Amino acid sequence: MKRLATGAFLAFLFSIPLWVGNLYILHVLIITGIFTIAAMSLNLLLGYTGQLSLGHVAFFGIGAYVSSLVSLGFAVHITPDWLVTLDPQPVWLAMLWAIAISGFCGWAIGRISFKVRGAYFVIVTISFAEVVRLVALNWDELTQGPMALNNIPPLTLSFPGLFEFSFIGKVPNYYLVLVTAIVAYIVIARLVRSRAGRAMIALRENEPLATSVGIEVTRYLVLAAVVSAAIAGMAGALYAQYIQIIDPNIFLFIYTVTMVIMVVVGGKGTLAGPIVGGLIFGLLPEALRSLNIGPELQWIAYGVLMIVIVSILPSGIVPAITHWWNDRSGAEVKPARAADADAGQAAQ
Amino acid sequence: MSAVPTAALSVDQLSIRFGGVTAVESMTFNIHEGEVLSLIGPNGAGKTSAFNAITGYLPISAGNIVYRGARLNGLKPSRIAALGVVRTFQKTSVFAGRSVLDNTLIGLHLQSREHPLAIILGLPSIAREERRLIEKAREILDFVGIGLRKDERASSLAYGELRLLEVAVALAARPTLLLLDEPVAGMNSTETASFMQTLGRIRANGVTVLLVEHDMKMVMRVSDRVLCLNQGRIIADGPPGEIQRHPEVIRAYLGERRARATG
Repeated sequence: MKRLATGAFLAFLFSIPLWVGNLYILHVLIITGIFTIAAMSLNLLLGYTGQLSLGHVAFFGIGAYVSSLVSLGFAVHITPDWLVTLDPQPVWLAMLWAIAISGFCGWAIGRISFKVRGAYFVIVTISFAEVVRLVALNWDELTQGPMALNNIPPLTLSFPGLFEFSFIGKVPNYYLVLVTAIVAYIVIARLVRSRAGRAMIALRENEPLATSVGIEVTRYLVLAAVVSAAIAGMAGALYAQYIQIIDPNIFLFIYTVTMVIMVVVGGKGTLAGPIVGGLIFGLLPEALRSLNIGPELQWIAYGVLMIVIVSILPSGIVPAITHWWNDRSGAEVKPARAADADAGQAAQ
Repeated sequence: MSAVPTAALSVDQLSIRFGGVTAVESMTFNIHEGEVLSLIGPNGAGKTSAFNAITGYLPISAGNIVYRGARLNGLKPSRIAALGVVRTFQKTSVFAGRSVLDNTLIGLHLQSREHPLAIILGLPSIAREERRLIEKAREILDFVGIGLRKDERASSLAYGELRLLEVAVALAARPTLLLLDEPVAGMNSTETASFMQTLGRIRANGVTVLLVEHDMKMVMRVSDRVLCLNQGRIIADGPPGEIQRHPEVIRAYLGERRARATG
């Protein structure tokens, strides 16, 4: 049943470019997909380890900048007479660098801040995002500052003599984002259902008990931070290579807030949650825009809807649906059966 | 037991202070391999503090704790667990939102090695390993007697079963020294009796047990040796029969007048 629903959902997603001719709608779907990937990565931290990263956009932005800079090449003076130069590299390599550097930043932030968790982690991540934004804004020899990096090349895959394909235009980028999202989903799903994922959940639910059976706190929180940051960096790289121009506004706090809303409303700690939340809050502004009402009313409607969802379904949409489904089917089969909050099983 | 018992855990001159308050003062005792040792004493005598110090949840002020030749003081709880010293908690402590099986799988954390890269790549060895762990978790749940409850959410268990689940989680970590902090508190007499049987089977597997318990009937029945603490100090150490008649113990529990009255 669940497998069937997943298959149908995927088939639907893959078929969209075949019957949606409107390029603007495809563009909205691509951006929504990119932010959904970022929300999925945030969910690994916020949902599964319970650590709130309010600077998650930093990893996204670092991915975007690294990917752009490696594919464009750069020449930077570290000291007045020490010039570091890099010739333009293939985009696929640039994107791998984006994943690696973002992951490394996740590691560093995790090492520094997981010794003091909770509120301190929130503060460290916010500060980190702000510092990175200021660096991007002011180091204009490297980043062009507010002038933005432009003419970022699109991803090109080639095998000498056999084929060459560039992801230019809406349809190829739509499929690129969709496939990346599926890969990110599989990586996260495998991780959270493994021994490592159980350790993360154990630390979230009951840290003293988790450590009493030998789970090392820092090790698993840092692992979550690395994977989460790397996936966010991948999303950022996709964004840069698709939009082809990025400026320091990519680090704005509002993007982190959007990701947090996607995760919380969809259902944190469930695999399907950020997808549901990402689709709703990615598409909602566009849906409201098409209603032909003033922009003020659009944002009021957006806010009201969010408050309504959060107050009716405090644990998020996906856990509520799973709960309802289990209650319904459980009532017939086995009354005492526990509702499984892990909607990961719902998605399979 | 062997003729010459060897010390598994030695606690030497252990002191624990919170600011000016001394919870434990110069405590020295040994637990021998395979023994069941109980720690008794009135509330506030320092039993749980000693427990927390041994398992790394409380920093010690002075002294030494050595288990099978390895110093435990200063180690993190997770390291101490890896050395085979595993505890339960006085207040019921499980992963409430997870299933009973999941709880036990979390307890099995140290019984497997899964590299994060292998997990992400989905190597077949991971699937095999997971099947092995689930099999093991089922065995442990059957062992403590809640195997039929494996798919239920921990929070939906009855109190007695919950306490058994705590023991299952601890056993999953494969302790050689198991520390139980008031495991039968709040249980009715039937549950206590069945818990004592489980404890007997745990012990038959060669696990050394350190028990903190207020239920004297149980303490006297299951212990090889009993230590009585009062105000942070050991006031008596001996076999259960001897402890029951020890004047200091009677005084600690019943007060000065009763001790004078009974001579």
